[in-house]
Amino acid sequence: MITKKDLEHIGWLARLELSDDEKEKYTPKLNSVLDYFNELDEVDTEGVEPTYHVLQLYNVFRDDEPGIGSITQEEALSNAPKKQDEFFKAPRMM
Amino acid sequence: MYENRDGIMIGLEVHVQLNRLKTKVFCGCTTDYHNDPPNSHVCPVCLGLPGALPVINKKAVEAAIKVGLALNCRVEEHTQFYRKNYYYPDLPKGFQITQYDFPISSGGYIIIEGEDGEHRVGITRAHMEEDPGRLVHEGTIDKSKYTLIDYNRSGMALLEIVSDPDMRSPKEARRYLDKLRNIVEYLDIFDGDLEGALRVDANISIMGGQRAEIKNISSHKGAEKALLFEIVRQKNVIRRGGIVVQETRHFDEAREITLSMRSKEEAHDYRYFPEPDLVPLKISGWAPAIKATLPELPDARRMRFVEEYGITDDHARALTSELKLAIFYEDVAEKADPRTAAVWVCDVLKGELNYRDMTIEAFKKEHMLSIIELLVSKKITEDGAVEIIRALLDKGGSPEEIVKEKSLLKVEGDIVSIAAAEAIKENPGAVADYNSGKEKALNSLVGAVMKKTKGRADARTAREILLGKLR
Repeated sequence: MITKKDLEHIGWLARLELSDDEKEKYTPKLNSVLDYFNELDEVDTEGVEPTYHVLQLYNVFRDDEPGIGSITQEEALSNAPKKQDEFFKAPRMM
Repeated sequence: MYENRDGIMIGLEVHVQLNRLKTKVFCGCTTDYHNDPPNSHVCPVCLGLPGALPVINKKAVEAAIKVGLALNCRVEEHTQFYRKNYYYPDLPKGFQITQYDFPISSGGYIIIEGEDGEHRVGITRAHMEEDPGRLVHEGTIDKSKYTLIDYNRSGMALLEIVSDPDMRSPKEARRYLDKLRNIVEYLDIFDGDLEGALRVDANISIMGGQRAEIKNISSHKGAEKALLFEIVRQKNVIRRGGIVVQETRHFDEAREITLSMRSKEEAHDYRYFPEPDLVPLKISGWAPAIKATLPELPDARRMRFVEEYGITDDHARALTSELKLAIFYEDVAEKADPRTAAVWVCDVLKGELNYRDMTIEAFKKEHMLSIIELLVSKKITEDGAVEIIRALLDKGGSPEEIVKEKSLLKVEGDIVSIAAAEAIKENPGAVADYNSGKEKALNSLVGAVMKKTKGRADARTAREILLGKLR
C-alpha cells in the first residue's frame, strides 16, 4: 500500500516537484497499478526459471575497435542547457 | 597471533579502471583521452542521449575474467547488468550501468603481508560497471556554487573489487591495496600511472559497531590516513557514550580528516533493475582458456626469483612488488651477477629513487650494468658506485662520465701498496700493538691508507695488502 509519504519519497528520487493536488491524485493511481501487478503473484511459478531478459539472447559483444560513433566537442556541447569553457555546467549537488 | 584490541574491521571497495583497453565499455569512444580537452571523446552512448544503445566490449569482459581468476574467484555461470538509479551530474543518464546480484566473479581471496605474517583477505566479488564523468568543482567541494563536467571518462570500463571486512589495521589496508594494484599491473589490463586509474572506498567499524563508508580516497597513503583518523573519531564517539552511526563520509585529503556527507533523508535508494538494453552473458566457459594465458603473478615471480637467482626472499619480495622494477631487475640479472644486482637495484637504487619520489623509469638498465661491471672489476669502490647512482638521478649523464668527472676510479694496487708501506713506517706503535696480538690495531692502519689515498682505495684491498706486509 503506497501512502502519501511514499509518493513524496518517489517524487523526490525522480526530482519531481508535486503539488498537493497531484499528490492526492497520484497516490490512488499508483496503488491501482500495484494492485494490478499483485495479480501476477497468484501465478504458480514453482520450478520456472526467472526471466532475466525478455529476449532469449546471450553474449552480444562489440570488438575493442575505436572510432565508431564518437562526436566532436562542439556537437557534444551543442545541446547543453548550460556550459562553461569546454565543460557542461550543472548546479552544485551534495 | 595479532591481537586486534579495538575490534577493527576494514573492508575495501577498489575501482580499477581497465585503461589498457582501446575503447570504453559500452561504446567505441577511445580511452586515450588523458591529454585531450574535456568532452572531446564522447558519443551518444556515454553522454546518455535518448535512444542510444550500449554494446559491451568483448575485451573488457575478458579483462574482468582475468582479474577474477588472478584473485582466485570463480567466474559465474550467469552474469548480467543492472541500472543503479541516482541523480548526480557525473551520470548524464540518471543511472549507472553496473552489476548487482549476478556479478561476473566472486568468492576469491588474496594473501597479504599482515600484522602477524601472511594474512588472507577474502574477495567478496569483482563486478563490472561504467565509470561516471569527472566533476570539476570551482573552489572546494563544500563551497562551490556549481559543478563543471567532463564526460571523457564517462563509460570507461571499471572493475569494482569488493573485499570481505578482513583487514584489522590501516596498515593491512594499505598492504592489501599495494598487493591488489601489483596484481592488476601484472595482468597488463591496467596502467596505474594514469590519473584516476585506481580509486578506493573504505568501510570501517570498531568494537562491533556500525560501519562508516569513506569516499574520495585517492591514494594508498590516503587510505591509511583516512582510516587512522576514522578509528580515532569512532573511538571518541564511543568514549563519550555515543553510538557510531552508519553513514557515508568524505575524506578531505588536505586536512586529513573525514566529514559526514549525506543526511538521513537522502539514504541510498538505488532501485536496481535489470538493464534491458544489454542481454545477459554466459561466459564461464571462457575461464579455462583465459586461465591458461594468465601471466606469472607477483607471488609466483617472487618464488622464482629466489630459486632462479639465489637471492633472499626479502629482496625477491621487494623486487616483485612493482612490475616495472621486477622487469628491470631481471634484465640486469640476465647479464650480471644476480645477487650483486639484487643488492644494488633493491637496497641502493630503490632507496635513492624513493628518496627523490622517482620511479624506476628514471634509471637506465644499461647504466646499472655499467656500474656493476665497474664494481665487479674493482675499478670503483662501493661508495663510488652510490655516488654515481646519485649523480645519474640528479644530473643525468653516463656512469663513465661521472667516474671521470668525480675521479672515482679506484687507485691501483701498487699505489695502495706504497700507501700501506708508508702507513706501516709512520705508525710503529700500531704495528707493535698488532704484532702483540691486538688485531684491532689493524683498523687504524687501514684508516691511514684510506687517508693517504683520499678514500679511493678499497678498504678490503688495503686490509689484505697490509696483512701481507705485516706477516
